[in-house]
Amino acid sequence: MVLSEDVRKIAKLADVGVDDGELEEFTSQCSDILTYFEMLDALPQGAGIDRGLVNIFREDEVTESLSQKEALSNAAETEDGYFKAPRVM
Amino acid sequence: MSRSLNFSVSDTINAFITTIPEVSYEDGPLSGTTVAIKDNISTRGVETTCASKILKGYIPPYDAHVVTLLKEAGAAIVGKTNMDEFGMGTTTENSAFGPTLNPCDPARVPGGSSGGSAAAVAAGYCDMALGSDTGGSIRCPAAFCGIVGLKPTYGRVSRYGLIAYANSLEQIGPMAKDVTGVSRLFSVIAGHDKRDSTSVDRPYTHTPDPSIKGLKIGLPSEFFGEGVDPKVAESVRNAVNTLERAGAEAVPCSMPSMSHALAAYYVICTSEASSNLARFDGVRYGPGGDLRKSWHEEFSDRRQERFGKEVRRRIILGTFSLAAGYFGRYYQKAQTARQMVRDDFNRLFKDVDLVAGPTMPSIAFRLKEKSDPLQMYLSDILTVPANLAGVPAISVPCAKVDGMPVGLQLIGRHFEDEKVIDAAFAYEQEAA
Repeated sequence: MVLSEDVRKIAKLADVGVDDGELEEFTSQCSDILTYFEMLDALPQGAGIDRGLVNIFREDEVTESLSQKEALSNAAETEDGYFKAPRVM
Repeated sequence: MSRSLNFSVSDTINAFITTIPEVSYEDGPLSGTTVAIKDNISTRGVETTCASKILKGYIPPYDAHVVTLLKEAGAAIVGKTNMDEFGMGTTTENSAFGPTLNPCDPARVPGGSSGGSAAAVAAGYCDMALGSDTGGSIRCPAAFCGIVGLKPTYGRVSRYGLIAYANSLEQIGPMAKDVTGVSRLFSVIAGHDKRDSTSVDRPYTHTPDPSIKGLKIGLPSEFFGEGVDPKVAESVRNAVNTLERAGAEAVPCSMPSMSHALAAYYVICTSEASSNLARFDGVRYGPGGDLRKSWHEEFSDRRQERFGKEVRRRIILGTFSLAAGYFGRYYQKAQTARQMVRDDFNRLFKDVDLVAGPTMPSIAFRLKEKSDPLQMYLSDILTVPANLAGVPAISVPCAKVDGMPVGLQLIGRHFEDEKVIDAAFAYEQEAA
């Protein structure tokens, strides 16, 4: 069970806008789904997945990659070879 | 030698997002074979949208590994197919480009999320198609449209260039009208790629062999029980009888972990999605926005405007599942359930070679029939176990119920895609 305030807060944390008209619908749907997830509560807290796998590392060497021009080719706005983003502060 | 063909179809079912009218291709094992690519697989110089407004106009500067392999094999890549936005759906209705219609009955959905790929093959627009399968997204539309679709063993096909939704679950796989076509396409795309850290060096060089004498097939009661349309269950049992006539032996079995598999799947896929989709900020690709706004305000507004509701719902659910205070309750418990599914398969595969059941619990839904998200999720119950365990699974058409195709699903041990393909081929031969 989640409240509309919870959904509003989570949506804000996730940076996905939800307008007031959608809030009730999202709350009721997420409540149903999270209620369904509650069946997992009955399971033991396992150690998680053990696949016997190990990380495979490589040397940190420069290899072929996109050129700066290619990397910037899909950006709506660029400046001096950089992406242009909204201000953070 | 370089050749070219003109590709032109009257796409009345909205299977394609982009078509390529003039296609050049080379010599090779697939020379001149027309192949459609799901629109979440990157194609250099050809718009790739994931059926989302947030990637409108995105032209990948590189090819996915599978696309490179297809070009080298001489395939003629004819277009990019419609899908549920970012792969999130079971109907192909969650597309910013409108739904794809089922070629067998245009009042019904083709299944999803690789619905455009399945519909394009079923309608005869192209010879073969690539899909991706996170929780059934190749097998479901293959079943609903009456074609063959394989979700390979996790790691067998490189995911490099597949726009990620839930990395630990998804695989790219082949779709075609028959098992031979699926096998031919799989032989081109399987193999090691160092750019995918989960890629395994297990190429596929097999030719389908219908001799299955002595093959032991387990039929879990959970695949034929509650929630499965009795007419669908019956037709799949008949298909198993056909396999028995071809020399296989069927035995009843049980998969108790099925009770928690769907909840585990949706916790894991939404958690991974909430992280993966954070990259869509509109700065590096996609239509631009208002740079005068603050970062969070602009990011949030853009994503509200350009992500559909199902995508935002899954990001919210995933963010919730991973939030401090809930992580142990949802995500960690889901990993326990995932291990239970793996353990069940490992136990069954000590005794049987394959597990069989229906691919989907029903025939294709009518358009807009699954308007409630949870009801839609529940229809994935028979396909998600193979993704949770990473094992190979195929859907092969086996009957019609109410005039609509039904898929027989065959699931095998890790890296025994060959055996899954052989059994599907044996079924096809025996039923013909």
